[in-house]
Amino acid sequence: MNARTVFLWLALAGAASAQGFADMGANVEGFALPDRATVLEFPADHGAHPQFRIEWWYLTANLTGADGADYGVQWTLFRTATAPAEGIGWQSPQLWMGHAAVTTEAEHYVAERLARGGVGQAGVTLDGPAPFAAWIDNWQMLSTAGPGQDALDQLALSASGEGFGYALELIAEGPLVLQGDRGYSVKSAGGQASHYYSQPFYAVTGVLTLPEGPVQVTGSAWLDREWSSQPLAADQTGWDWFSLSFDGGEKLMGFVLRGTEDFTSGTWIAADGVAVPLDPGALQAQALEQFTVAGREVPVGWRLRLPERGVDVTLEALNPGAWMATSVPYWEGPVRVTGSHTGRGYLEMTGY
Amino acid sequence: MIRTTLGALLSHWRRHPLQLAMLVVGLALATGLWSGVQAINAEARAAYDRAAGVLGQDRLDRIVATDGPLTVERYAQLRRAGWPVSPVLEGRLAGLRILGVEPLTLPRGAAVPGMPGVGGDTLGDFLGGRLVLVAPETLARPGVAAALAGLVPDPTPDLPPMTVLADIAAAERLLGVTGDITALLIDPDRALPGTLPEGLELRAAAGEDDLARLTDSFHLNLTAFGFLAFAVGIFIVHAAIGLAFEQRRPMFRTLRALGVPAGTLGALVLAESLGFALIAGLAGVALGYAVAAALLPDVAATLGGLYGAAVPGVLELRFSWVFAGIGMAVAGTLVAAGQGLWQVWRMPPLASAGARAWGATAAAARRWQGLAGLGLLALAGLALAFGSGLWAGFALLAGLLLGAALVLPAVLAGLLGLAERQAKGVLSQWFWADARQQLPGLSLALMALLLALSANVGVGTMVGSFRTTFTGWLDQRLASELYLTAESPAQAAAMRDWLTPRVEAMLPIVAIETPLIGQPGEVYGIADHPTYRDNWPLLSASPDVWDVVAKGRGVLVNEQLSRRAGLGLGAMIDLPGGALAVAGVYSDYGNPSPQAIIGLEAFRVRFPAVEELRFALRVPEAEAAGLAVALREEFVLGETALVDQAGIKAFSLQVFERTFAVTGALNVLTLGVAGLAMLASLVTLSALRLPQLAPIWAMGLTQTRLAGLDLLRTVVLALLTAVVALPLGLALAWVLLAVVNVEAFGWRLPMQSFPGDWLWLFLAAGLAGGLAALVPAVTLLRRRPADLLRVFANER
Repeated sequence: MNARTVFLWLALAGAASAQGFADMGANVEGFALPDRATVLEFPADHGAHPQFRIEWWYLTANLTGADGADYGVQWTLFRTATAPAEGIGWQSPQLWMGHAAVTTEAEHYVAERLARGGVGQAGVTLDGPAPFAAWIDNWQMLSTAGPGQDALDQLALSASGEGFGYALELIAEGPLVLQGDRGYSVKSAGGQASHYYSQPFYAVTGVLTLPEGPVQVTGSAWLDREWSSQPLAADQTGWDWFSLSFDGGEKLMGFVLRGTEDFTSGTWIAADGVAVPLDPGALQAQALEQFTVAGREVPVGWRLRLPERGVDVTLEALNPGAWMATSVPYWEGPVRVTGSHTGRGYLEMTGY
Repeated sequence: MIRTTLGALLSHWRRHPLQLAMLVVGLALATGLWSGVQAINAEARAAYDRAAGVLGQDRLDRIVATDGPLTVERYAQLRRAGWPVSPVLEGRLAGLRILGVEPLTLPRGAAVPGMPGVGGDTLGDFLGGRLVLVAPETLARPGVAAALAGLVPDPTPDLPPMTVLADIAAAERLLGVTGDITALLIDPDRALPGTLPEGLELRAAAGEDDLARLTDSFHLNLTAFGFLAFAVGIFIVHAAIGLAFEQRRPMFRTLRALGVPAGTLGALVLAESLGFALIAGLAGVALGYAVAAALLPDVAATLGGLYGAAVPGVLELRFSWVFAGIGMAVAGTLVAAGQGLWQVWRMPPLASAGARAWGATAAAARRWQGLAGLGLLALAGLALAFGSGLWAGFALLAGLLLGAALVLPAVLAGLLGLAERQAKGVLSQWFWADARQQLPGLSLALMALLLALSANVGVGTMVGSFRTTFTGWLDQRLASELYLTAESPAQAAAMRDWLTPRVEAMLPIVAIETPLIGQPGEVYGIADHPTYRDNWPLLSASPDVWDVVAKGRGVLVNEQLSRRAGLGLGAMIDLPGGALAVAGVYSDYGNPSPQAIIGLEAFRVRFPAVEELRFALRVPEAEAAGLAVALREEFVLGETALVDQAGIKAFSLQVFERTFAVTGALNVLTLGVAGLAMLASLVTLSALRLPQLAPIWAMGLTQTRLAGLDLLRTVVLALLTAVVALPLGLALAWVLLAVVNVEAFGWRLPMQSFPGDWLWLFLAAGLAGGLAALVPAVTLLRRRPADLLRVFANER
C-alpha cells in the first residue's frame, strides 16, 4: 500500500505527534474523500489533487553498480494541505516535503526538503515544458516521454544531499497498475481508503554520486501515486509495507496496518501488468530478526506467505540501518528476497 | 586588641557624624550616577542583542537585492538552483516591527526559542497565520492588541520589544503586501551552489547588530557623563577620607605607641574603608536603580526616535551593573583613601602628631598639580590635532576637563593673590589672604564645581545650538503645507484629479530602501520645483545643482553619506542603475542612515516598480487647513495619510527634546553632587579654622561679621570658579558639536552662544557656594564665645 508516511504530514501540519495516530481519522472537514466510483484519468491524475489532504509521488529503485554492489534509491515528494484549496503566493495552504536517500550495504544517505505551495519552490505540473514535472528545490522528477506515450513512461530523476546525489533515467517496460478496486485502495476494516496507482515496471540507468566517487548503476524502479484525506483508522499505529519484484517478472505489493487487529492487504501483479487485489488477510507477514537503529527496535527481517500464489519468502535488508532520520523518522530500504521466489524489493516500516 | 583598636578607629565617626554622612552619601551618589548610567546601557544593549539574535541576524549571511525588491519568483529561482535560502519579510505597522518568516525553510540557528518548529504542536496554527509571537511586555502596551486584532498572540519573552514574529503569509496580510521579500537568510549548514545571479548580493553576517553600532556613540556619551559624575563624587569621598586621616593622626600615633603593629593598624583602616565602600556601594546601586528607572523611558523614546531601536521602558536588575557598581565604589574608595593608607603604613610610632591643616600642602604640591594639569591640556591638544574617531573625541574631553580641574587651584591662587595686592585696608587684605589660605582645603570641591559648571555650559550650549539649528532647518525643509499618502495608485490618480484645480502644486515624493555604500539606505526621487530650489539648505553644492539633479545627471547625498564614504562634490557614487556624480550635500539631522536624492524622472527610470503614493502639496498657507478638511472628507483619510507641516515639525522637535532630556537630568544631578562636595569640605574645614578665626574675633570682629565674611568668601571662590568654568564649558561645547557629534551622529552643527544662560551659570555657582557655606556660617554664628576663648587656652 502506500498509506505511507501520512503521519509525517500530521506532525508537520501540526496535528501533533503527541496525539499519536488517534487523530488521523479526524480533521478532514472540507476535504474531498476517496470515492469507489471515481475512475482515474491520465494524465490528469498524475498531477496534484489539492482538494485532498495528502498525496505523494513515491519512487524506490533497486540498483546494481558497475562494481557489482547493490544499491537502493528513494525519491519522494509529499503534498499536504491545511485547507482544501489552492492559493497564490505564501497564502497557499499547500505544503510540500521531499525525501531523498541512497542506501549502500554500509551507508544510508538521507536528505529532506520542505516548501510552501503557491510560490513555485515545489510542485507538480502537467502543462509546463515537460508533460509532467514534479520538483522541490533542485530535486526533480521530469517526464521525458514523447508524444503518444503516457507522461510517466519515461522520467529523468535527480536529487542530492549531504554526501550523495543521483541522476537516473527511467523507462517504463509495462503499464500503469491500478491498486485495489480500480485504484480505490481500502486501508481498514472500517472503510478508510485512498486512491492509489503504481508504475512498477521501470528499467533504470544512471549515476550515483557518492563520497567515493561516481557509480554507474542499472536496475529497476517502482513509482507509487496515492492521495487521500483520511487514510487510517483511529486505532492504527503504524504499518509495514512491501514492494517486491520477483526474478520471474511477477510483483507483489503488500502491507500490514498495525492496529487493535492487524489489517493486511495487497496486490499480485503478473509480469504483463495484470493486477489482482488480495483479499484482506490473504497475505501473512511475520517479523523475524530485530535491529536496533536510532534507539528503536525495528524488524528488518520478514517472512511473507501468500499461499494462493505459492509464495513463501524471506526478506533481508540490504542495510539494516536504513533509517530515515527526517522530521518524523521511519525505516525505508532495499531488501533481498529468497525462498520460494527470489528477487529484490523495498521495505518501509513506520510507527516504531 | 583588634577589637579595641577598631573601636578606637570607629569612635572618630561617632564624634563626627556629618563627616561620616558626607563620606557615605558622596560615595553612594557617585556610585549611584555611575551605575544608573550603566544600568541604562545594559538594558539597551540587552535589547539590541535580542533584536540581533532574532533570526540569527548576527550570525547568518543573507542575500539582498540591489536592483529593487526581492520577489517570490526570485526566491523560487534560487531554491530551484539549490540555494539553501529562507525568506524574511520585514515591515512596520502601528509602531510594531513585523517580522515574517517561513518556518519550513528557516535555518535552525535562526529560530527564536519558543517558535513553532517542524513537528511542533503549534506549527499548524503558525502556518495558518492565526498564531503570532510577541513579547509579553509588548502585548501590554496600548494599541498593540488592537493592531493584532483577529490573531492569537503567543507571549514569547525572547523577542525584542515591539516586534511581532509571524508566518510570512500572516506578515503579508498584516503589512498589506504581496510577494515582496526583504531578505533571504542562508542556511549555514549547507553548501552554496555557486555564484549569485545578477542583481543579488550576499551580505555577510554583521557579527554585531547595526543598531549596536549606530547607538554605540549614544551610550558612550552616557558613559562619559556617568564617569564625570563618578569623578565628581570621588572628590567628595577623597575630601572626607583625607580629613578623617588628618584628624586621626594623633590617634594613630597613640595606638602605635600602645603597641599596635603598623600592619594591623593599616589592615584595620583598610577594612574600615572597604566596609564603608560596601555599604555606600549598595546604597549607590539602589540609587542607581532609581535613577535608571526614572530616566529609562526617556532614553527608550530617544533611541526609538533616533535609531528606531526598540528598548524596553522597564528596567531589569542585572548582575553585570550591580557588581560593577559595587566594584566602582570599592575602587573609588581605595583611590581616595590610598594616600592616607600609605601614610598610616609608613608612619613611625613616635612621629610628631602635630596638627596639620587638612590638605595644607605646600605651594610646591600645587605647582606639580598645575604642571600635571598643563600636561593633560597638552595631551588634549594632541588628541585634537592627531586623533580621530569617537574615542579621540572623548580623550580630548577628558584631557580638557581633568587638566583644567588640576590647573584650577593655581589659577585661583593667582587671582586671589592679585586681589590681595589690590586690597586696601587690613580687613580686606586678611579676607583675600584667608581665602588663599583656605584654597588648598577647598580646591577639590572647587574642582568638582568646575567640572559640573563647565559640563552645564557645554551641554547647555550644545543642546541650544542643536535646537536652534534644527528648528531653522525644519522650517526650511518642510516647505510644503501638506503631506499626503495615498493607499493605492488608483486612489493617487483620483487624488491628483481632485487636487489639480485646488493646489498650486502637487509634488510626488518617491523613495526606495536600497543599500548605499554597503549600508541600508534610501534613495528619494523629488520633482523639479521651486519648493526645493528655494528652500532646501545645502551644505555644499555645485553651481547649477538643481538643474543637474533634475536632469538626472547628478545626485544629492546627505551629510552622513558624504562623511562616511568621504564623498565630496563631483565624486561618483554607486547607485542602482548606474553611478552618478555628487552635485550637493544636504544636512539630514536625526537620520542614522545614508540617503541620496535624485530627480523624479531619473528615479522613475531606475526604479519603475515603485508606486507613487506620497505627495507634497503646495497651497496658500491660509487655505491649507480648509483643504485638509475637504481632503479628509472626500477620500476618508486615516490619521497618518494626511499630515500638515506643523504636525511633522512638532513630532520632530519632540524627538529631539527627548534626546537631551537624559543629559539634562544628569547635568543637574552632577551640579548637585558638586554642591555637596563643597558642603562637605566646608563643614570639615570649619572645625579646623577655629584657631585661625579666634584671634580675629579677639581683635574685635563680631561673630556675625566673621560668619558673613566666611559666606562671602565661599561665594567669591565659587564665582571665580565659574569664571574659569565659562571658557572651559564653551570649549567643551565646541568639542561636543564639532568632534563628538560628527563622530557619533554623522553631522556637524554650527555652535551658537547663549549669554543669557551664562548669567544662570553664575547664579547657580553663587547659589551652590552660598548654600554650601550656610551651614558652617550658622555653626560659627552659634559658637559660644567660650569655644573661641578655649583656642588660646589649649593651643596645640
